[in-house]
Amino acid sequence: MSTAQRTPVFSCEDLHVYVDEKEIVKGVSLEIYSGEKHALMGPNGSGKSTLAAALMGHPAYRVEGNILLGGEPIGDLPANERARRGMFLGFQYPVAVPGVSVASFLRAALSARRGKDVPVREFRALMDDAFKVLNMPRSFMARYLNDGFSGGEKKRLEILQMMILKPLFALLDETDSGLDIDALKVVSEGINRAAGSETGVLLVTHYQRILNYIAPDAVHVFMDGRVVRSGGPELALELEERGYDWLEPEAARAAGGAR
Amino acid sequence: MTSKERAIADVNTDYLEKYGFHDPEEYLLRTPKGLSHEVVEMISRYKKEPGWMREIRHGALDIFLAKPMPTWIDPSMLAELRFDELYYYMKPLGKLTRDWDEVPERIKKTFDRLGVPEAERKFLAGVSAQYESEVVYHSFRADLEKQGVIFLDIDSGLKQYPEIIKKFFGSVVPAADNKFAALNTAVWSGGSFVYVPPGTKVEIPLQAYFRINSKNMGQFERTLIIADEGAFVHYIEGCTAPVYSSDSLHSGVIELIAMKGAHIRYSTIQNWSTNVFNLVTQRAKAYENAIVEWVDGNLGSKVTMKYPAVILAGEGAHGEVLSIAFAGNGQHQDAGAKMIHLAPNTTSRIISKSISKGQGRSSYRGLVKMTPGATGCKSHVECDALLIGAEARSDTYPTMEIAENDVSVEHEARVSKLADEQLFYLQSRGLSEDQARLMIVNGFIEPFVKELPMEYAVELNRLIELEMEDSVG
Ligand SMILES: Nc1ncnc2c1ncn2[C@@H]1O[C@H](COP(=O)(O)OP(=O)(O)O)[C@@H](O)[C@H]1O
Ligand SMILES: [Mg+2]
Repeated sequence: MSTAQRTPVFSCEDLHVYVDEKEIVKGVSLEIYSGEKHALMGPNGSGKSTLAAALMGHPAYRVEGNILLGGEPIGDLPANERARRGMFLGFQYPVAVPGVSVASFLRAALSARRGKDVPVREFRALMDDAFKVLNMPRSFMARYLNDGFSGGEKKRLEILQMMILKPLFALLDETDSGLDIDALKVVSEGINRAAGSETGVLLVTHYQRILNYIAPDAVHVFMDGRVVRSGGPELALELEERGYDWLEPEAARAAGGAR
Repeated sequence: MTSKERAIADVNTDYLEKYGFHDPEEYLLRTPKGLSHEVVEMISRYKKEPGWMREIRHGALDIFLAKPMPTWIDPSMLAELRFDELYYYMKPLGKLTRDWDEVPERIKKTFDRLGVPEAERKFLAGVSAQYESEVVYHSFRADLEKQGVIFLDIDSGLKQYPEIIKKFFGSVVPAADNKFAALNTAVWSGGSFVYVPPGTKVEIPLQAYFRINSKNMGQFERTLIIADEGAFVHYIEGCTAPVYSSDSLHSGVIELIAMKGAHIRYSTIQNWSTNVFNLVTQRAKAYENAIVEWVDGNLGSKVTMKYPAVILAGEGAHGEVLSIAFAGNGQHQDAGAKMIHLAPNTTSRIISKSISKGQGRSSYRGLVKMTPGATGCKSHVECDALLIGAEARSDTYPTMEIAENDVSVEHEARVSKLADEQLFYLQSRGLSEDQARLMIVNGFIEPFVKELPMEYAVELNRLIELEMEDSVG
């Protein structure tokens, strides 16, 4: 099937994101198809997390431009409604919620995603599988959500949530940072499985390391609020070798062009 | 309704449905409005009490009249409390019975609606149900009775075991302790009397249920629990009242005595309607190696002032207070704990959690005291406040009086706002804002809830859910 006849699972068009009156994301357009893995790479402070949070519907941001999920506009929906329709955000800094067990949280999340309660037995089975893939002990079910978790444990739990919720489209914000090599492998395995079962993935990162394990379909270079260049996996390698500086002129041109 | 009244009525809208109903006021005897020696005399004579108890009552009334209102709180909190407008004793129809079928129909329906008999069938060893001033239903498992455990309404206790009552009544909370302890001592009626013989462990909880039905009613139960050497007992109390526009007063006194090596756990879930002044004195004395735990949940009421205390009188005794308070619009929860270390190597732990929502206000007021000679003592205090909404308020007033060097005292206080980032995280997983908020609050009180028997944990979570459903003011 050619992509021309398909609808992207996710797209945004000329997206601008403002914090107070400051423009952080300055016109971003992306198209991601079901089962594709894209990487969005850019230096610190370029606005990647802002883009991700705004796409998920964070109320602190003002957003201009269209966002489509499965071909439907979702730009006016609150975060929970986007989640129910199949959008997922893996947080760069997952938030602790003391007193709430991983199991009760995830069961509520999955029930919300499905629009009906999940039978206990089925839920258990799903969790067992996911814990196995991510090489985490089942005792995590009873622990309080992200409370006292190490950085690596938090990131694994984000991937675990993605596997359970089976989103149409997953935004993963630096899920690779702070992971040792074993954790990186299991996290990559989780991402590859999700893409294998038709989830579209946008992996936000500033290292090319994880791309050795997940083989992206496309790489976008993101600088100062804009995608300044898009290409195939070879672009990531080039960034690894040369850093971001060589793209400065392109970033400047993009900025100029926008004016 | 004034806007303030509306705000108050708004606090617990579902309260009305579940607990806020009231029966017509029917009674056998009601003392005249207001408080006087005549009223005290009437109560005591009606109950056919021994002369010494009558004297204690009259003496306490004099103390009450002489004592000023508490000075440690904002006087405006109690300004609307009109002692002259209240009825101090009201005897409901019917007589005390062990047979549920004999409880007057209307009262039975009330407790049915509140789920009391059901709870008894399911998991309690004994139940006492008090309506207005008197216990109307009381049951207790025969096997425990055979083992010598006493569980009675306190009026019956006074008739059957006057020597024990005389010895311990007021020994932990003397009438002169505070104005409301004096008031209770003067007009007390109902409450429980529990005695557990040496070495006996009552593994299943005993429960008392308090219900105020009438307007302008004062309820003054008096509970005395004695666990003899090495004994164990868990006592649970629950309270409700209908919603009226005029105020009621609940002012109980609870005295616990844990002898050498004994263990008492006293759990309370109070969910008063928002026109009740809830001013309770709860205090325990723990002898050598005894353990006393207060597990105290305060919801509803207009004003609650409550500081469960443990006097650690014997070496190695341990005291614990685990409490939560929920203050919604128009409510003030002034709660805390006191630990008085009189003996060496005594330990205490206070964990106090409060939630203030809308214009609700909660305060932690605590005292840890270590007297000279109380060496090797340890105390750990943790106060955790959660604020929901910009107008919610929380204050902490910890007092430490430490007269020994060889001790360890830790105090941690945290105030957190229900964080937007927590909300967003949960919402990004599909939970609605209300669901997310409720989940965060339930997580916050989880350390408290897990100390409760399952049935109570479920009930408390449900009550919190009702509180959270009301729009943030
Ligand atoms: N809520 C906010 N308030 C103020 N500034 C913000 C906010 N969110 C992001 N920013 C700013 O936007 C810029 C981009 O940040 P971020 O999106 O975290 O970048 P990245 O994820 O690429 O490192 C930074 O300069 C940051 O300070
Ligand atoms: Mg970032």
